[in-house]
Amino acid sequence: MKVTLKIWRQPDSASQGAMHTYEVDQVSEDMSFLEMLDVLNEQLNTQGEDPVAFDSDCREGICGMCGLMINGQAHGPEVTTTCQLHMRSFKDGDEIVVEPWRSDAFPVLKDLVVDRGALDRMIQAGGFISVNTGSAPEAHSVPVPRDDAVRAFNAAACIGCGACVAACPNGSASLFLGAKITHLGELPQGQPERHSRVVDMVAQHDHEGFGGCTNIGECTAACPKEIPLDVISQLNRDLRVAMAHGH
Amino acid sequence: MAVSGLLFIAFVLLHMYGNLKAFAGHDSYNTYAEHLRTFGEPILPREGLLWILRLGLIAALALHLYSALALWHRSGKARTSKYVVKKNLGSSFSSRTMRWGGVTLLLFVVWHLIHFTIVKVNPDGGATNDPYNLVVDSFQVWWMTIIYLVAMAALGLHLHHGTWSSLQTLGWTSTAAARTRAKIAGWVVAIVIAGGFSLVPLFVLFGVID
Repeated sequence: MKVTLKIWRQPDSASQGAMHTYEVDQVSEDMSFLEMLDVLNEQLNTQGEDPVAFDSDCREGICGMCGLMINGQAHGPEVTTTCQLHMRSFKDGDEIVVEPWRSDAFPVLKDLVVDRGALDRMIQAGGFISVNTGSAPEAHSVPVPRDDAVRAFNAAACIGCGACVAACPNGSASLFLGAKITHLGELPQGQPERHSRVVDMVAQHDHEGFGGCTNIGECTAACPKEIPLDVISQLNRDLRVAMAHGH
Repeated sequence: MAVSGLLFIAFVLLHMYGNLKAFAGHDSYNTYAEHLRTFGEPILPREGLLWILRLGLIAALALHLYSALALWHRSGKARTSKYVVKKNLGSSFSSRTMRWGGVTLLLFVVWHLIHFTIVKVNPDGGATNDPYNLVVDSFQVWWMTIIYLVAMAALGLHLHHGTWSSLQTLGWTSTAAARTRAKIAGWVVAIVIAGGFSLVPLFVLFGVID
């Protein structure tokens, strides 16, 4: 199949970017989206042009590095990451618009590559538990009710790809934040720092310049790990309780 | 946003209840209007309760406006370069129209206060000192009814998202079932309030109330 790509090209974060049009022929429907971009880049290399820069790492949908806005949808038309999106989701002759995540908290480094360091700084602000490392403790010494374990695990499925920010009309990272708050807050090990965690992480979120959540719900529709909106309610509840305790 | 919004929901519910007194006739409606002014007498002065409510509503409006403008401002700064193509997939129409819908409602409230409270405009040219007659004279004019129906559509949309969103903001929807209930509450509140308010203008326009 043949596709027409309209791709955002930007030499570096200081320069202005623009959309460029490329045609890629002989695309197999079994290719992943990123493999199709690899084919484009080989084509550009032989033509002596600068290849399109994009992020990827594991290419199996678990690391969160790849993330592209494809035809106005974060990670494209399927509920998965960009690397797990395959060309069979497109038709011969399709025009595909590819843009980087648009958020002032995620500056574009080059072409489709953005700096998602803001999410890491939010984790550094409180998305952890302070324990002495050493040999693993006996797992049965701290019982966790099944429902809590399931909820924590589902929230922990967040890979920090930033699709929620990219899809949110407000540019908010509340779904990411809520996932971390719920993940740690459901477990016994997360309790000692529960109040300070939510207050510090929200402060860092706002400091990074993310927008405020208005419960629109685009984030959860874009999330490749299907993190539900409940985690944002949990975030709000934890923040309310922490503030009531004088944090 | 959420707390002031819930106060507004309580207010519009009571306001709608009062409006429906128009179905009970001229005297019942006017007695209700007068009773609002004498409520709590002699402990409260005349219009005492009314002014307590008004001051509370003004405070809630200030809070609601401030929060909305702060969110709007942050949202603008969070994405200064726009997408060439952006689809909306998981959001309701009402959630995406909260801001301009809110501006529409604010303009309507200003007009509504001029119309029935501050200036009292009778498009028929008749008397303005009789609440029931002012309502009937006003809504017998088709374009006046249209203005109010458009405003009620905007109110319904605002309440549809606002009800569920306020519950989510207060952290009361932490399970899928609670979220479903909050979204249903949004539909119920929107339909009951916007629908209830629309009844009187429509029944006046079609001559059932006169």
